Amino acid sequence: MSSRRSRQSGASRITDDQIIDLVSKLRQLVPEIQNRRSDKVSASKVLQETCNYIRSLHREVDDLSERLSQLLATIDADSAEAAIIRSLISQ
Amino acid sequence: MTPKGVTLNTNSHKIKFARRFIRTLLKMRKNAPSSSSIEEIRKRSQRIKIAAYSSMAHAVGSRRAWSRAILFKLRNRARHHGMMRRRSMKKRVIKNDPPGDQSQTNKLRQLVPGGKAMDMCSLLEETAHYISCLSTQVKVMQTIADHLSK
Repeated sequence: MSSRRSRQSGASRITDDQIIDLVSKLRQLVPEIQNRRSDKVSASKVLQETCNYIRSLHREVDDLSERLSQLLATIDADSAEAAIIRSLISQ
Repeated sequence: MTPKGVTLNTNSHKIKFARRFIRTLLKMRKNAPSSSSIEEIRKRSQRIKIAAYSSMAHAVGSRRAWSRAILFKLRNRARHHGMMRRRSMKKRVIKNDPPGDQSQTNKLRQLVPGGKAMDMCSLLEETAHYISCLSTQVKVMQTIADHLSK
Protein backbone atom coordinates (compact mmCIF):
# COMPACT_ATOMS: atom_id res chain seq x y z
CA MET A 1 0.00 0.00 0.00
CA SER A 2 2.71 2.47 1.01
CA SER A 3 4.57 3.78 -1.97
CA ARG A 4 7.64 4.86 -0.05
CA ARG A 5 10.64 3.17 -1.55
CA SER A 6 14.03 2.10 -0.32
CA ARG A 7 13.47 2.49 3.38
CA GLN A 8 15.92 -0.19 4.34
CA SER A 9 16.28 -1.26 7.91
CA GLY A 10 19.67 -1.13 9.54
CA ALA A 11 22.79 -2.14 7.71
CA SER A 12 21.26 -4.63 5.30
CA ARG A 13 20.89 -2.99 1.94
CA ILE A 14 19.85 -4.91 -1.12
CA THR A 15 22.58 -5.00 -3.71
CA ASP A 16 21.81 -5.04 -7.40
CA ASP A 17 23.05 -8.58 -7.73
CA GLN A 18 20.74 -9.76 -5.01
CA ILE A 19 17.82 -8.04 -6.67
CA ILE A 20 18.60 -9.72 -9.97
CA ASP A 21 18.97 -13.05 -8.24
CA LEU A 22 15.70 -12.67 -6.41
CA VAL A 23 13.83 -11.47 -9.45
CA SER A 24 14.90 -14.43 -11.50
CA LYS A 25 13.99 -16.87 -8.75
CA LEU A 26 10.70 -15.30 -7.82
CA ARG A 27 9.83 -14.71 -11.45
CA GLN A 28 9.49 -18.40 -11.91
CA LEU A 29 7.55 -18.86 -8.73
CA VAL A 30 5.19 -15.92 -8.49
CA PRO A 31 2.52 -15.99 -11.19
CA GLU A 32 1.90 -12.26 -11.08
CA ILE A 33 5.46 -11.36 -11.98
CA GLN A 34 5.71 -14.04 -14.68
CA ASN A 35 3.25 -12.14 -16.79
CA ARG A 36 5.18 -8.93 -16.81
CA ARG A 37 7.00 -8.19 -20.00
CA SER A 38 9.43 -5.59 -18.78
CA ASP A 39 12.74 -6.87 -17.57
CA LYS A 40 13.09 -4.21 -14.96
CA VAL A 41 10.89 -4.90 -11.99
CA SER A 42 11.51 -2.75 -8.94
CA ALA A 43 12.59 -4.48 -5.76
CA SER A 44 9.66 -2.99 -3.94
CA LYS A 45 7.24 -4.41 -6.48
CA VAL A 46 8.82 -7.84 -6.29
CA LEU A 47 8.59 -7.86 -2.51
CA GLN A 48 5.01 -6.67 -2.65
CA GLU A 49 3.95 -9.35 -5.10
CA THR A 50 5.83 -11.96 -3.12
CA CYS A 51 4.01 -10.97 0.06
CA ASN A 52 0.68 -11.09 -1.74
CA TYR A 53 1.48 -14.49 -3.16
CA ILE A 54 2.49 -15.91 0.22
CA ARG A 55 -0.69 -14.57 1.78
CA SER A 56 -2.80 -16.14 -0.96
CA LEU A 57 -1.03 -19.47 -0.43
CA HIS A 58 -1.75 -19.27 3.30
CA ARG A 59 -5.41 -18.64 2.52
CA GLU A 60 -5.50 -21.64 0.23
CA VAL A 61 -4.07 -23.81 2.99
CA ASP A 62 -6.81 -22.55 5.30
CA ASP A 63 -9.54 -23.32 2.78
CA LEU A 64 -8.15 -26.74 1.96
CA SER A 65 -7.86 -27.57 5.66
CA GLU A 66 -11.52 -26.79 6.13
CA ARG A 67 -12.43 -28.85 3.11
CA LEU A 68 -10.34 -31.79 4.28
CA SER A 69 -11.88 -31.57 7.72
CA GLN A 70 -15.31 -32.01 6.20
CA LEU A 71 -14.15 -34.81 3.95
CA LEU A 72 -12.27 -36.64 6.66
CA ALA A 73 -15.15 -38.95 7.40
CA THR A 74 -14.87 -40.43 3.90
CA ILE A 75 -11.19 -41.35 4.05
CA ASP A 76 -10.65 -45.06 3.62
CA ALA A 77 -7.49 -46.26 5.30
CA ASP A 78 -6.63 -49.13 3.00
CA SER A 79 -6.72 -47.58 -0.42
CA ALA A 80 -6.25 -43.92 0.41
CA GLU A 81 -2.55 -43.64 0.97
CA ALA A 82 -1.41 -45.80 -1.94
CA ALA A 83 -3.80 -44.22 -4.40
CA ILE A 84 -2.93 -40.68 -3.43
CA ILE A 85 0.82 -41.26 -3.52
CA ARG A 86 0.47 -42.90 -6.89
CA SER A 87 -1.39 -39.97 -8.36
CA LEU A 88 1.10 -37.55 -6.84
CA ILE A 89 4.06 -39.33 -8.40
CA SER A 90 2.47 -39.31 -11.80
CA GLN A 91 1.82 -35.56 -11.72
CA MET B 1 6.66 -27.50 -13.69
CA THR B 2 9.18 -26.79 -11.01
CA PRO B 3 12.13 -24.58 -11.91
CA LYS B 4 15.55 -26.15 -11.42
CA GLY B 5 18.06 -24.50 -9.20
CA VAL B 6 15.45 -23.21 -6.82
CA THR B 7 14.69 -26.44 -5.03
CA LEU B 8 16.69 -29.50 -5.78
CA ASN B 9 14.52 -32.15 -4.20
CA THR B 10 10.99 -30.96 -4.75
CA ASN B 11 9.76 -34.41 -5.52
CA SER B 12 11.19 -35.99 -2.42
CA HIS B 13 9.79 -33.15 -0.29
CA LYS B 14 6.45 -33.69 -1.96
CA ILE B 15 6.34 -37.41 -1.25
CA LYS B 16 7.70 -37.10 2.28
CA PHE B 17 5.16 -34.42 3.04
CA ALA B 18 2.32 -36.41 1.50
CA ARG B 19 3.08 -39.57 3.45
CA ARG B 20 3.40 -37.81 6.76
CA PHE B 21 0.35 -35.65 6.23
CA ILE B 22 -1.86 -38.54 5.08
CA ARG B 23 -0.82 -40.62 8.06
CA THR B 24 -1.76 -37.78 10.37
CA LEU B 25 -5.13 -37.50 8.65
CA LEU B 26 -5.74 -41.22 9.07
CA LYS B 27 -4.93 -40.96 12.76
CA MET B 28 -7.42 -38.12 13.08
CA ARG B 29 -9.98 -40.21 11.25
CA LYS B 30 -9.59 -43.01 13.78
CA ASN B 31 -10.04 -40.70 16.72
CA ALA B 32 -12.95 -38.83 15.21
CA PRO B 33 -16.53 -39.67 16.07
CA SER B 34 -18.64 -40.74 13.13
CA SER B 35 -20.91 -37.73 13.21
CA SER B 36 -19.24 -34.42 13.73
CA SER B 37 -20.75 -31.15 14.77
CA ILE B 38 -19.81 -27.95 13.02
CA GLU B 39 -17.78 -26.99 16.05
CA GLU B 40 -15.76 -30.19 15.84
CA ILE B 41 -15.21 -29.78 12.13
CA ARG B 42 -13.86 -26.32 12.71
CA LYS B 43 -11.53 -27.45 15.48
CA ARG B 44 -10.36 -30.30 13.29
CA SER B 45 -9.64 -28.01 10.37
CA GLN B 46 -7.36 -26.02 12.65
CA ARG B 47 -5.49 -29.18 13.59
CA ILE B 48 -5.30 -30.23 9.95
CA LYS B 49 -3.79 -26.88 9.06
CA ILE B 50 -1.14 -27.26 11.76
CA ALA B 51 -0.50 -30.82 10.61
CA ALA B 52 0.06 -29.59 7.07
CA TYR B 53 2.67 -26.99 8.04
CA SER B 54 4.24 -29.42 10.47
CA SER B 55 4.46 -32.23 7.91
CA MET B 56 6.08 -29.94 5.39
CA ALA B 57 8.56 -28.62 7.94
CA HIS B 58 9.48 -32.19 8.86
CA ALA B 59 9.85 -33.16 5.20
CA VAL B 60 12.32 -30.35 4.67
CA GLY B 61 13.98 -30.99 8.00
CA SER B 62 16.57 -28.74 9.54
CA ARG B 63 18.11 -27.86 6.20
CA ARG B 64 16.33 -24.56 5.97
CA ALA B 65 15.98 -21.74 8.43
CA TRP B 66 12.25 -21.41 7.81
CA SER B 67 11.58 -25.10 8.49
CA ARG B 68 13.75 -24.97 11.59
CA ALA B 69 11.68 -22.01 12.78
CA ILE B 70 8.44 -23.96 12.36
CA LEU B 71 9.80 -27.05 14.10
CA PHE B 72 11.10 -24.92 16.95
CA LYS B 73 7.75 -23.22 17.35
CA LEU B 74 5.94 -26.57 17.33
CA ARG B 75 8.19 -28.00 20.00
CA ASN B 76 7.69 -24.97 22.21
CA ARG B 77 3.98 -25.20 21.64
CA ALA B 78 3.93 -28.84 22.68
CA ARG B 79 5.94 -28.03 25.73
CA HIS B 80 3.61 -25.28 26.87
CA HIS B 81 0.42 -26.96 25.81
CA GLY B 82 -2.38 -26.02 28.14
CA MET B 83 -0.65 -22.95 29.47
CA MET B 84 -1.54 -19.52 28.20
CA ARG B 85 1.92 -19.09 26.70
CA ARG B 86 0.55 -19.31 23.19
CA ARG B 87 -0.84 -15.82 23.31
CA SER B 88 2.39 -14.18 24.29
CA MET B 89 4.25 -16.05 21.61
CA LYS B 90 2.14 -14.53 18.89
CA LYS B 91 2.88 -10.96 19.85
CA ARG B 92 6.28 -10.06 18.60
CA VAL B 93 8.00 -6.72 18.64
CA ILE B 94 9.23 -5.68 15.24
CA LYS B 95 12.35 -3.59 15.48
CA ASN B 96 12.91 -0.53 13.32
CA ASP B 97 9.26 -0.30 12.50
CA PRO B 98 7.59 3.09 12.87
CA PRO B 99 3.86 2.52 13.23
CA GLY B 100 1.87 2.84 10.03
CA ASP B 101 4.92 2.69 7.81
CA GLN B 102 5.95 -0.90 7.42
CA SER B 103 8.38 -1.58 4.62
CA GLN B 104 7.76 -4.42 2.24
CA THR B 105 10.78 -6.14 3.72
CA ASN B 106 9.25 -6.18 7.17
CA LYS B 107 5.97 -7.45 5.80
CA LEU B 108 7.88 -10.28 4.17
CA ARG B 109 9.69 -10.99 7.42
CA GLN B 110 6.37 -11.51 9.10
CA LEU B 111 5.19 -13.96 6.48
CA VAL B 112 8.23 -16.19 6.27
CA PRO B 113 8.81 -18.35 9.36
CA GLY B 114 11.90 -17.17 11.18
CA GLY B 115 12.12 -14.19 8.90
CA LYS B 116 12.59 -11.64 11.62
CA ALA B 117 15.98 -12.97 12.61
CA MET B 118 17.40 -13.23 9.10
CA ASP B 119 19.67 -10.89 7.27
CA MET B 120 18.43 -9.60 3.96
CA CYS B 121 20.29 -12.07 1.79
CA SER B 122 19.10 -15.10 3.75
CA LEU B 123 15.58 -13.73 3.81
CA LEU B 124 15.43 -13.67 0.02
CA GLU B 125 16.86 -17.17 -0.25
CA GLU B 126 14.53 -18.59 2.36
CA THR B 127 11.56 -16.86 0.77
CA ALA B 128 12.16 -18.53 -2.57
CA HIS B 129 12.45 -21.95 -0.98
CA TYR B 130 9.48 -21.35 1.30
CA ILE B 131 7.24 -20.33 -1.59
CA SER B 132 8.19 -23.38 -3.58
CA CYS B 133 7.45 -25.72 -0.66
CA LEU B 134 4.22 -23.89 0.18
CA SER B 135 2.92 -24.31 -3.35
CA THR B 136 3.86 -28.00 -3.24
CA GLN B 137 1.95 -28.28 0.02
CA VAL B 138 -1.10 -26.66 -1.54
CA LYS B 139 -0.95 -28.93 -4.59
CA VAL B 140 -0.76 -32.07 -2.47
CA MET B 141 -3.62 -30.95 -0.22
CA GLN B 142 -5.63 -30.18 -3.35
CA THR B 143 -4.93 -33.63 -4.75
CA ILE B 144 -5.99 -35.30 -1.52
CA ALA B 145 -9.17 -33.24 -1.31
CA ASP B 146 -10.04 -34.03 -4.92
CA HIS B 147 -9.38 -37.71 -4.31
CA LEU B 148 -11.69 -37.74 -1.31
CA SER B 149 -14.40 -35.84 -3.12
CA LYS B 150 -14.88 -38.52 -5.72
